[in-house]
Amino acid sequence: MLDIKNLHASIEEDGTPILKGLNLSVKPGEVHAIMGPNGSGKSTLASVLAGRDGYEVTEGSVSFEGHDLLEMEADERAREGLFLAFQYPVELPGVSMSNFLKHAVNSTREHQGKDPLSATDFLALMRENAALVDLDPALKARSVNEGFSGGEKKRNEIFQLAMLSPRLAILDETDSGLDIDALRVVSAGVNKLRQPDRSFVVITHYQRLLEYIVPDVVHVLLDGRIVQSGGKELAIDLEEKGYDWLREETGVPA
Amino acid sequence: MSTEYLQEVADADYKYGFVTEIESDKAAIGLDESTVRYISAKKKEPEWLLEWRLKALDHFLGLLEKNEKPEWAHLAIRDIDFQSISYYSAPKKKPQLDSLDEVDPQLIDTFNKLGIPLMEQKRLAGVAVDVVMDSVSVTTTFKKELREKGIIFCSFGEAVQEHPELVRKYLGSVVPRTDNFYAALNSAVFSDGSFCYIPKGVRCPMELSTYFRINEAGTGQFERTLIIADEGSYVSYLEGCTAPMRDENQLHAAVVEIIAHEEAEVKYSTIQNWYPGSADGRGGVYNFVTKRGICEGRGSKISWTQLETGSAITWKYPSVILKGDDSVGEFYSVAFTKGHQQADTGTKMIHIGKNTTSTIISKGISGGQSQNAYRGLVKINRGAKGARNFSQCDSMLLGDRCGAHTFPYLEINNPTAQVEHEATTSKVGEDQIFYCQQRGISETDAIKLIVNGFCKEILAKLPMEFAVEARNLLAIELEGSVG
Repeated sequence: MLDIKNLHASIEEDGTPILKGLNLSVKPGEVHAIMGPNGSGKSTLASVLAGRDGYEVTEGSVSFEGHDLLEMEADERAREGLFLAFQYPVELPGVSMSNFLKHAVNSTREHQGKDPLSATDFLALMRENAALVDLDPALKARSVNEGFSGGEKKRNEIFQLAMLSPRLAILDETDSGLDIDALRVVSAGVNKLRQPDRSFVVITHYQRLLEYIVPDVVHVLLDGRIVQSGGKELAIDLEEKGYDWLREETGVPA
Repeated sequence: MSTEYLQEVADADYKYGFVTEIESDKAAIGLDESTVRYISAKKKEPEWLLEWRLKALDHFLGLLEKNEKPEWAHLAIRDIDFQSISYYSAPKKKPQLDSLDEVDPQLIDTFNKLGIPLMEQKRLAGVAVDVVMDSVSVTTTFKKELREKGIIFCSFGEAVQEHPELVRKYLGSVVPRTDNFYAALNSAVFSDGSFCYIPKGVRCPMELSTYFRINEAGTGQFERTLIIADEGSYVSYLEGCTAPMRDENQLHAAVVEIIAHEEAEVKYSTIQNWYPGSADGRGGVYNFVTKRGICEGRGSKISWTQLETGSAITWKYPSVILKGDDSVGEFYSVAFTKGHQQADTGTKMIHIGKNTTSTIISKGISGGQSQNAYRGLVKINRGAKGARNFSQCDSMLLGDRCGAHTFPYLEINNPTAQVEHEATTSKVGEDQIFYCQQRGISETDAIKLIVNGFCKEILAKLPMEFAVEARNLLAIELEGSVG
């Protein structure tokens, strides 16, 4: 599904290296959690995988379903089945959710050689998926993320995930800013979307999210590299002990 | 990468740039008394109108001599040689206005290419069209149906012949011939345009539309439109404009006057798509237009909606004089500039009557190396007790070589007035584009979505048939070098 080999990436503007030889392999159906302190490169990893401007890959390779991911534009990656749930979802004033998603869903369908969805099927799909994360179906007339509460924005990301049915979903700190009830709703939605042919990379600060979305593998990202991988117990260890012991063990400076 | 692309959202092809080979009568180049006499004679005008024109000419030549062109706009205008223009051009084969069969087939072909159906059986549902090519109106559709309701919708020239009393009463009553430099020029040499009168209590059953086309090289277009809505009547009126691609600048100086009597409502919509010039800034239409309406009677309403995408330079401020108590003025505008286009546009709302209300919503979108300015005046006169205004001016920048400017002026002379002004400037964010792309939407489609979203509330004000046209036009304008 996803194979990252020795990935080095830096900020384009000033050349600051962020990712320094990252390796990660995700198989179909697996859920991988990536934890790490601020500045370790978690969000940069999400951005580089999704193809955001402003980063330069200086070394290494990323293969996604057998394709060279780094060769593709951001929209091609999305149409190939890579989805990013944003940490800070962006507002699009005047662009209705339904219009936005119609464009998104049909671009992907066209790429897959399928006909666009009929209006009826599309609306039915919207209703069904909105219910998954407990979103008001009236949202289809609202502008994308405009006037949404913090919790609504995050639920809206998972709703879009459901609409687009990707092969790989990256959740970038989806738990940040959520209260416990919203966290439960979002996690339940994600769990319902787990499938044998769909993988998740869950980026988070806190172990809390992983109580709800139980990962197959937990990785610790420190200074641009994965320094430790393990089962879900690793997350609990980190919650108790912090990251310093790993820094000492792996010789990564704070 | 996105920034580069945005900067290139400049060179969309202008679809309407063809020239029709059609024989025409042209006035000799230059401007003096004989030019005005030539035009007036061509149009078989009564003496009073010739006199009126000559006074305007006198005023204009005086201004020209003192070089008193309006210089206050945020525009760089190359010197215009007013003596090197031909002030009148008419397709030679004069069409029989009663029968479309006798219209020059070349003309019908031209308008078919522009998507303007002259044949009534192929018409847009429920729209009557008056077509003005260069200096004259070539045809008006649906005249008979309108006449049955007592509605007069015809070319200006025809109105002068058949309804001289109405023309004489209202011509220059809202925009006097001495109003400004270009209005004076228009008053001297205006050739044709549309005339519209809606009688008392009549709701015009269809959209009225005038389509303006500049065809001939080296000519200017100076049309004059006069709309009178009598007590309790309603009309929705739309104008569209295109011109061929030419290397020289062409001058368009129009005047539109609207009079709304008691409880009457006029909705005036414009889709302005004059040739904007080439990507490197050669040619294009100079669009210097004076548009003004007066809410003469109590409870009357005038609403301007405009989508401005064309012209090398746009200088226009559709305004409303709110004279009647409880009258309402509205201005809704989208101005899109790209390449080397310059626009300085906005409105004036002059509150005179009591409890008058005005609303201004302006959306400016600038791309390429264009300059886009909103300029507006809200004036509350001393007697305008309880007047209210709301203004909102939003600007969006595509790329970082363009400019957006906002010049709001407020003059408030009555302490009971309530005036609100909001302004924002935003850049189409790379984060917005990336968000769309991450959902599988291409960069080009993402920009279209974002810009359309930005203008949505204005496009929604256009009559339905034209809202579609407007959205398509915006989409065409946004087609960049990619895709």
